[in-house]
Amino acid sequence: MNQLIIKDLTVSYHRVPAIHHLNLTIDSGICAGLLGPNGAGKTTLLKTIAGLITPETGSVEFSGKKIRAGGKTIAYLPQRETIDWDFPITVRGLVEMGRYPELGMWKSFRDVDAKIVAEALHLMQLEPFADRQIRALSGGQQQRAFLARAWAQESDIYLLDEPFTGLDKNARESVTGILHRLRSEGKLIMASHHDLGEVKGIFDHVLFINGELVSYGDTASTFTEENVQKTFGTEIFSGTHG
Amino acid sequence: MNWFTEPFHYEFMQRALLASILIGFTNGFLGVYVVLRRLSLVADALSHSLLPGLAIATILVGLSPGGMLFGGLIAAVIVAVGGQLISRSSRLKDETAIAALYIIAFAAGIALIKYARVKVDLTHFLFGNILGTANNDLWTSFWIGAVILISLVVFHRPLLIVLFEPFVARSLGIKVGWLQTLIILLIVLAMISSLQAVGVLLSLGLLILPAATIYLLMDSYQFLTWGSGILGMIGAVCGLWISYWVNIPSGTAIIIVLGFMFFMAYLFSPKYGLLTRYLPSSHLHDESLKRWGKNGDTHHH
Repeated sequence: MNQLIIKDLTVSYHRVPAIHHLNLTIDSGICAGLLGPNGAGKTTLLKTIAGLITPETGSVEFSGKKIRAGGKTIAYLPQRETIDWDFPITVRGLVEMGRYPELGMWKSFRDVDAKIVAEALHLMQLEPFADRQIRALSGGQQQRAFLARAWAQESDIYLLDEPFTGLDKNARESVTGILHRLRSEGKLIMASHHDLGEVKGIFDHVLFINGELVSYGDTASTFTEENVQKTFGTEIFSGTHG
Repeated sequence: MNWFTEPFHYEFMQRALLASILIGFTNGFLGVYVVLRRLSLVADALSHSLLPGLAIATILVGLSPGGMLFGGLIAAVIVAVGGQLISRSSRLKDETAIAALYIIAFAAGIALIKYARVKVDLTHFLFGNILGTANNDLWTSFWIGAVILISLVVFHRPLLIVLFEPFVARSLGIKVGWLQTLIILLIVLAMISSLQAVGVLLSLGLLILPAATIYLLMDSYQFLTWGSGILGMIGAVCGLWISYWVNIPSGTAIIIVLGFMFFMAYLFSPKYGLLTRYLPSSHLHDESLKRWGKNGDTHHH
């Protein structure tokens, strides 16, 4: 069983720590929800695991190896607002980018790469939209396009920053279905999430953080009123209404 | 067709034609990276900072392409790095610091050019003269074009990731700072190659107008670079041809043609044009018919 092992992780911005001494082990084949109030360090944690931020102390390992920049082990899906949706790229072009870490600079795009891209598009039900520019998609399709790229990258770990923000019910369900399918393929999925009302339907494990690890475990035993209170303080955040 | 080919019977026009093709394509191709990386204003600053470098080169070694290349590069680097230094060591933000430096450098360049070893015409540096293209200018443009195109083709994968998601690029082991420096270096090279044709002041137009135009027309990155190169080439050749008949400076004519293309795309681009968006569109309707109805009649009401 492959495991993501985080040891004694501390991350600071200008000497102000955002995450303190976090220790955590997560197995593959898990879909974990990362929960915590604003400023709890959710994005920081995801970015650090992805290698986008260098931690002050500690390490992140997967299946016994330190995660290094340039690897394809991890796919990081940034928050929607950080993406330039006007960028001149089609869905297919985006998914093809997933092959770049494997191809490097010199290898040409082979039949096998085209096949993987086609499979990714099929799996995410994006074939009818493959030649659309990425803005000409619905929110759910956009999210699936980035998931397709991660799949084409053959990543083992999917880190998603607020993937359900702005999605309607149908889109949420289809993205959830895809995450569960990836889970059944043995992928490790970790997604930050702010709507506590939906946690049970999406995640089999939950990870509460608030600058430090509050609690981690399977949803049934860990997603409790007590942990929510502990993480979110006196004010209980119930997510968006409606 | 006589009126069409007549200008190109002259040898100086043939050289100018070749120069237009080379410079138009190279600048257009590179311009896509400038537009997508949002470096248009930086490119503007670089174009102005070339002048003192060129002036010092003509003082030291006269009008040699190598000297101008070197002088231009050094001046551009001094302005770019100096702007960073000033913004970091004061409360000014970097765009103000760079603007302050480049306009000072520009003035210094105008002052310095008086002391050139050979007689040089300031307007020649500022606005260029493609009709005066010599064979060694063509070779300079050719080699610069080759370096730019080869660099961009070789690095197109990491560049694409840097342009699209600069933050994710680092996690993939891509040297973002290094690639950014490469693009700036290529911009300076492109400007030096277009000096003879359009001068320092108009070189920016050759660089960003084709890219801005094609950005309003196309959605796919792969076609964008080649399309922009071809558009730049067509614009440069058309401008040259018009300048022969209308008797306006060729550099000016080239930029006006490219500018005309830009406004046409802005207004009438099939997908992103200002006017097109307000015209009735059958797009959504067609799409829903394709999806829901086979013969299309069932959904009229």
